[in-house]
Amino acid sequence: MFENIIMLLEKYWQVFLLEGLRYTIILSAIAVFFGVLLGAFIALGRMSSIKPFKFINVNKKKKGFIHWLANFNPVSWICSVYIEVIRGTPLLLQLYLFVFGLPKIIPIKADYFFWVSLALACNSAAYVSELFRSGIQAVDYGQTEAARSLGMNKAQTMLRVVMPQAIKNILPAVGNEFIAIVKETSMASTFFVGELMTSYLKVNGVEYLALEILIIVGVIYLALTFTLSKLVLAYERRLNSK
Amino acid sequence: MIKTVDLYKSFGDLQVLKGINEHVAPGEVVSIIGPSGGGKSTFLRCLNMLETPDSGSIFFEGVDITSEKVDIDLHRQKMGMVFQHFNVFPHLSVLENVTLAPTIVKKIGKNEAAEQAMELLNRVGLAEKANERATSLSGGQKQRLAIVRALAMEPDVMLFDEPTSALDPEMVGEVLEVIKGLVKTGMTSVIVTHEMGFAKEVSDRVVFIDGGIVAEEGTPDDIFNHPQNPRTKDFLSKVLY
Repeated sequence: MFENIIMLLEKYWQVFLLEGLRYTIILSAIAVFFGVLLGAFIALGRMSSIKPFKFINVNKKKKGFIHWLANFNPVSWICSVYIEVIRGTPLLLQLYLFVFGLPKIIPIKADYFFWVSLALACNSAAYVSELFRSGIQAVDYGQTEAARSLGMNKAQTMLRVVMPQAIKNILPAVGNEFIAIVKETSMASTFFVGELMTSYLKVNGVEYLALEILIIVGVIYLALTFTLSKLVLAYERRLNSK
Repeated sequence: MIKTVDLYKSFGDLQVLKGINEHVAPGEVVSIIGPSGGGKSTFLRCLNMLETPDSGSIFFEGVDITSEKVDIDLHRQKMGMVFQHFNVFPHLSVLENVTLAPTIVKKIGKNEAAEQAMELLNRVGLAEKANERATSLSGGQKQRLAIVRALAMEPDVMLFDEPTSALDPEMVGEVLEVIKGLVKTGMTSVIVTHEMGFAKEVSDRVVFIDGGIVAEEGTPDDIFNHPQNPRTKDFLSKVLY
């Protein structure tokens, strides 16, 4: 078995590293980058206080349908539904939906890689937005009150007081999300987009050495996630020592 | 300067304020005393709209700030608030805690704001701590910083929400001294407090709030030495022993 591994590495190292590892990293990076961008907006939307029907409650009722409608926030509602749908359905289903379903409604000419990246980013956004929300809500509400009592508006309070404190809760969690995404990109091999599990499929198709190839691919995944988790840990320590 | 008319506020089914009519004159120092859960803090927090009253009006310098058309941020700049739990900004230095609001709300230049902040910090004995992180301060120092932070906006009135309740006993004195010094300069102040001796000493008027209404009010002498309302008598007999 050991000789087989050496043989495979000599023969296919480019497939594993230059193709598999590279695409796994690229896919994860795209997913997390756009996931964080989109996730931030979803978190803000979910925590917003947009009440377009507020005017309807002229009598300031505190119960019933009128009260409910006056306090209804459609933006927050849509964001919550999005998060629930993404978190409540399997990633594999979402990948199928984006790769085979969406191109039928959205007329863009794009390859599988594009749709897979988009699916991973949209998936990651739902999780990241919850990290943002819990990170922001973990900041003592007294901080907001203090800032508002000084005359700072909502945006100034968020940017200058809440976010700088929330970021310490959020960044390590986003790092962990990145690690989770690295592993989830393996699902993308269903569409043969070139990441590490695709490398396994490719090489195994020629060599029929499933165990050895899986060990190689597994070690590469492990090396990647282990390095990342050490980086997150080091970063966390630096934050706490400040 | 501040006038409340028929202030009502409830949290869910719990009615906290049941019609409060008060008037704080410029330069006046008003202490609010009363049992826990009686509505003191809620009343104070309504004054700068940290709590939105269900009904009634609050006039601050002639403007009804409960109106939705009013830019509340503008009026809050003129009302300093000090909290029970200090709420200093832990991610900033002592100096930055003070300069943050003046620089971003009033758009005062950094140097000018820092100069003014140092002067204020000096007044409360925190000048040499200016560049330390706010988290490194003791409770008493944090509360003095919080007072300075509010003063940096040059408010017309100061609201104190139990400013010494969360302090270790040995630090209560230093904070009360700062408030006393401030009151002497003629700063209009509304102080929710459990420190009866302090309320007696600094107040022009003492308001006893219980069960969501003003049960009794008067000069410190009226309230502490000749209380009329049985509820005031009962409360004072429990806290003054």
